[in-house]
Amino acid sequence: MKKLILGLVGVVAFTLAAGPQAEAQQPKRGGNFNFAISAETPHYDCHASDTYATLHFSSPFHSTLLRYNLSKFPDVEGDLAKSWTISPDKLTYTFTLHEGVKFHNGETFTSADIKATYDRLRSPPQGVVSTRRATFADIESIETPNPTTVVFKLKAVNSSMMDHFASPWNCVYSAKDLAADPTSPRTKINGTGPFTFVEHVKGSHVSGKRNENYFKKGLPYLDSYRGIFTLQAAAMLNALQGGQVLAEFRGVSPAERDRMVAAMGDKLRVEESSWTLNLLVLFNTEKPPFNDIRVRRALLMAIDRWGGSQGLSKISTLRAVGGVVRPGSPLATPEAELVKLPGFSKNIKQAREEARKLLKEAGHENLKFVLWNRNLAMPYTPAGVFLVDQWRQIGVEVEHKQSDTAPYIAAMQSGNFEVAIDFSNLFNDDPTLSMTKFISASKNPLNLSRANDAEIDKLYELQLREGDIQKRKQYIQALEKRLFEQAYQQPILWWHRIVLSHRTVMGWKMSPSHNLGADLAEVWLNQ
Amino acid sequence: MANTTAAMSANSAVTLPKRPNPVMTFVRQQPMGAVSFVVICAMMFAGLFPQFVAPYNPLDIDFSSLLAAPSWDHWFGTDAYGRDIFSRIIYGSRTALVIGFASSALGSSIGAVLGIASAYFGGRIDNWIQRFVDVLLAFPIIVLALVVVAALRKTVVYGVDVNLIIAIAIPILPRVARVVRAAALSVNVMPYIDAARAAGYSDTRIIFRHMAPNVVAPFLIMFTAFIAQAILLEASLSFLGLGVTEPTAAWGLMLSGNAADFYREAPWMVIFPGVAISLAVFAFNLFGDSLRDYLDPRFKT
Repeated sequence: MKKLILGLVGVVAFTLAAGPQAEAQQPKRGGNFNFAISAETPHYDCHASDTYATLHFSSPFHSTLLRYNLSKFPDVEGDLAKSWTISPDKLTYTFTLHEGVKFHNGETFTSADIKATYDRLRSPPQGVVSTRRATFADIESIETPNPTTVVFKLKAVNSSMMDHFASPWNCVYSAKDLAADPTSPRTKINGTGPFTFVEHVKGSHVSGKRNENYFKKGLPYLDSYRGIFTLQAAAMLNALQGGQVLAEFRGVSPAERDRMVAAMGDKLRVEESSWTLNLLVLFNTEKPPFNDIRVRRALLMAIDRWGGSQGLSKISTLRAVGGVVRPGSPLATPEAELVKLPGFSKNIKQAREEARKLLKEAGHENLKFVLWNRNLAMPYTPAGVFLVDQWRQIGVEVEHKQSDTAPYIAAMQSGNFEVAIDFSNLFNDDPTLSMTKFISASKNPLNLSRANDAEIDKLYELQLREGDIQKRKQYIQALEKRLFEQAYQQPILWWHRIVLSHRTVMGWKMSPSHNLGADLAEVWLNQ
Repeated sequence: MANTTAAMSANSAVTLPKRPNPVMTFVRQQPMGAVSFVVICAMMFAGLFPQFVAPYNPLDIDFSSLLAAPSWDHWFGTDAYGRDIFSRIIYGSRTALVIGFASSALGSSIGAVLGIASAYFGGRIDNWIQRFVDVLLAFPIIVLALVVVAALRKTVVYGVDVNLIIAIAIPILPRVARVVRAAALSVNVMPYIDAARAAGYSDTRIIFRHMAPNVVAPFLIMFTAFIAQAILLEASLSFLGLGVTEPTAAWGLMLSGNAADFYREAPWMVIFPGVAISLAVFAFNLFGDSLRDYLDPRFKT
């Protein structure tokens, strides 16, 4: 009897103890979720954007064909696609779509909407910008044999095609909307995503409410959400601490993390990951003296990335030393190989001696120039301060010009700069994505160094068409070597992502890219 | 006769009081003003010859000394990049003084000319100038500077942002114009101005040769007082990210950026630049006040 009573007490005690935890794992429906967006999108069109500000704004309203499974990143899973097949020759991709999907305006979603969306992405009509045009240049045709099937036929094998299909930027738009006005996604929102648009108050917030007709049954969990624009980091942190916002999904610096942990203790959840994002140093190869390879290479060789990584990682989001592929990812160049490339030597004293010699040979011992940078505190300012100091150590005098994003981008695109800090904002580790920036400017206007290099173009094509991983890796490393030897542009450091959220925010998944997982469908509040 | 003249000269030499040394009189009458003048001179020396005073290059990054506390190696500690704060304050005085002096000189000079012209011409010209001054005075000084600096952006000449100087000078202008006009109005009714008019001198000559020298006292007082205001404005604009940019050593900039993240662990990052700004503003204000007391005849009665 005693044993029975003890046993019952034990069971009751276990149930009481485990109850709240078990309940905590069970998603709860309802509630309004306020989160911070630390930049405001200039428009609503995912296809024309490169900034996370557009995705954190627009993703909850839209779906994509495929997406990344963030529990098993970089595995791809279906979003609007229920299933898919790839032909043995890897030239035909056939997708079967979910049935019964509705746009927010009540129209039924069909394969025609996928076709219209991808036609807009690969061949934008007059007046429409698609920054993914080159990405989908291999698509020869898109067929829609029935409303739930879409077939993509490629001109050539493309090793990165599945990653391109899973891009968060490929928001699916309504074919009817695009036929009526191809530019409408810039200003109007009509998607199939988990939330419907409520309002956008410029300078303040964007809000959405649950899409009751969302095709994934039971989702989303939240009743509504509000993305509040907090352009100043201090304001965002104060709002987070005060509970006005419950999360910010881009990322904060280590110092900001430490401050918030000290202030909020165990109310705060901290998640960290390496980041598919890097800052690059970029030379305008059309402007003297940066048309001289010796000058460019000398400037790259003077940068102590390894020492800088140790210091900057304590005060900024900059951390890992790497080449053109995220360090630590499967196709990244190992450190032993990386240190052999110009700009990555660990013997910085010797590298700087060589850099001085190169400048002397080029007749630019007392070089002076302006370094263009974005006027964003983290991590652009620390990167600029770091570079000015590094170049000063080989006798180069640099004026650090920090500019708002719009004039900065205008200067980059018009070529009205000498040297700049650029960024590479990726959403996966596929090298094609990161290396598109480096193919000849005549083929890709995104190459801001304005360099044309047939060797790089050839290596880019070879890796793109190569199915064998080892061979592809060799091509990637060869391209990286060529790029750094020619010193057109080079990563400074890769970022480290730190995301802060209140412990009451559940269901959101951390990943190496702040462009992913922004649809909020599975987010719920444990309150 | 010659003897008589000699005796008279000797008598007058004995009886006439000795002309007092104006510097010593200022020091005796305004001891705090004299102290503040010494502080200003020290700042100017540091700004002109920072290489003789600062132990380190203000741009030297040293990641092995991040956020080091004040010590014999780094008197005021180091910042988040391991840069020596004392050296950055010394070099920062150059930024503060260049922008402070240039902005105040520009704003005060244009304001003085407007004020004198307003008083001299009177009538519709006076009315127009004063309404323009009213419009500028309606904006708080920091708000007006913010608007101007945001609209003008940056134009760097020899390492100095000219537009920042203009942005700070514009809010100074109406304040000086109003004070100088008041002084100029009393000068304008003096007989020598009427005489100059009667002699047919040009307006420009009367304004610059006859009126301007007689309003120098309020002008100098305003000029020194507004140097302090300009230093404070430059620091405020740099703090808000609209002034000079990193890695330039500037006091306001030293209070912003990384300082906001690390002031708990490294309070010296904000204390010393804050003290430098306070000291400079205090010194210029005190000197301006002392100058006013010294030059204003009402305080001598």
